[in-house]
Amino acid sequence: MKMVQAIIRPEKMEAVKKALEEKGFIAMTIIEVRGRGEQKGITLEFRGKKVDVDTIPKMKLEIVVKDEDVEIIIDTIRASARTGKVGDGKIFVLPVERMCKVRIDD
Amino acid sequence: MVISSGDTAWLLASTALVMLMTPGVGFFYGGLVRRKNLVSMITLSFVAFALVSLQWVLFGYSLVFGHDIGGLIGGLDFLGLSGVGQSPAVIVGTELTVPSLAYMIFQLVFATVTLAIVTSVFAERVKLSSFIIFGLLWTTLVYDPLAHWVWGGGWLANLGSLIGLTGGALDFAGGTVVHISAGFSALAIALVIRKRMGFGTDMMEPSNIPLALLGAALLWFGWFGFNAGSAIAANGLAANAFVVTNTAAAAAALAWMLLSWWNGRPASLGFASGAIAGLVAITPAAGYVDPLAAIIIGIVAGAVCYYAMIYRIKKGLDESCDCWSVHGMGGVVGALLTGVFATTAVNNYSGLLAGNVDQFIIQVIAVLVSVSYAFIVTFVLAKVLDSTIGMTVKEEEEYVGLDISQHGERAYP
Repeated sequence: MKMVQAIIRPEKMEAVKKALEEKGFIAMTIIEVRGRGEQKGITLEFRGKKVDVDTIPKMKLEIVVKDEDVEIIIDTIRASARTGKVGDGKIFVLPVERMCKVRIDD
Repeated sequence: MVISSGDTAWLLASTALVMLMTPGVGFFYGGLVRRKNLVSMITLSFVAFALVSLQWVLFGYSLVFGHDIGGLIGGLDFLGLSGVGQSPAVIVGTELTVPSLAYMIFQLVFATVTLAIVTSVFAERVKLSSFIIFGLLWTTLVYDPLAHWVWGGGWLANLGSLIGLTGGALDFAGGTVVHISAGFSALAIALVIRKRMGFGTDMMEPSNIPLALLGAALLWFGWFGFNAGSAIAANGLAANAFVVTNTAAAAAALAWMLLSWWNGRPASLGFASGAIAGLVAITPAAGYVDPLAAIIIGIVAGAVCYYAMIYRIKKGLDESCDCWSVHGMGGVVGALLTGVFATTAVNNYSGLLAGNVDQFIIQVIAVLVSVSYAFIVTFVLAKVLDSTIGMTVKEEEEYVGLDISQHGERAYP
């Protein structure tokens, strides 16, 4: 089992959710986050005054899947969240030791 | 005539009511845009208010209510408010019971809210500096001439005599001057400036629906001053305008909500948009029709504006606070139905239902004229400004949001 964590643009969240749903992946956790990547946020030059936008709002999506599903998840997220510009996000894959439901003793 | 303290008190109170409509527009639009543009959207309305306030005092009022030049524009007699004082106002040869200064400031808040309504089309991408230049030129080139034609003794007020019919264009409180002009100007701008990045594909969630509802509430409240104040007297006609205003708003709000329910869910924003559509449509008619006609005007406006919005979305027009579909189309509905339902039981004018075909024809011409004038002049103005100074911000500024990129602030920590 693996956990796929994807940090994506907030405006792409709906498209990603829909694309994953079409592939049969329904369950997921979504967290609103702020952060910065390699470009250290964005510096805007406005009327000669520098405005530092240090962190940018993003969405983080967590989804736990079988090992063999990881690649398809990555491809689906890439296809639906990509704009080609800096700031499209990152995907991390983490090992998951165990998953148990709260509702029942399994 | 002498100054009436009752009339003056009501006019000054109405002015304060209408003033609140301008930030009301800001809150309404602000609640509809994404959270990164909330401050910007409200600020655009405030800036419109201050900008037009100064323009009006310096020369706007004179261009509208100065002595008539060829039916087209007012003269420069009242430049810097010279000759506009505490004695009774004389408007198009009629002496009123209120001071000139009171009439001037009442008309000022109409001009300010009109520019605020246009900001719909600039949502989330306008450069503030360009908006200021645009706003000053637009209010001078579009609003002032139109207001002169209809209220300042210009040619639309005397349209009947020009084409061999009886009467002139009826516009009690600004269906043509305020709403058609704002709505069709927004449509013209939408065809000129670029859409927002990701328009039609990205999720663009309203930042704060309760804030939009608060804005709608302020608009509804202020509109009593807008329409009932336009009687320029504290009398029965003002009471009629007050009652029909509320009636049309209620009918249109429910009509829009029922339509959206039929097509999905009864959204609160649908209710609010419907209310505004009803308020817009009753504006030209408020001093000429009775409460039952107001119900019909409200229902028709709610339905027409709802389908105008659906049409805009289908066409992929990024005019997303719906200035055109609600104010533009609502203004058309109101101006035409004024020519249908006007009755001598309310005021000295009658419409199609009372057998007065002339009045309806005049209303149709007035609509065509105000639609074409506002659309064409604004289209040219927007084209010129967009190709010279540019109307919109850079893409990365838009992505971060106008709150931070234009104002260095944000709505929520």
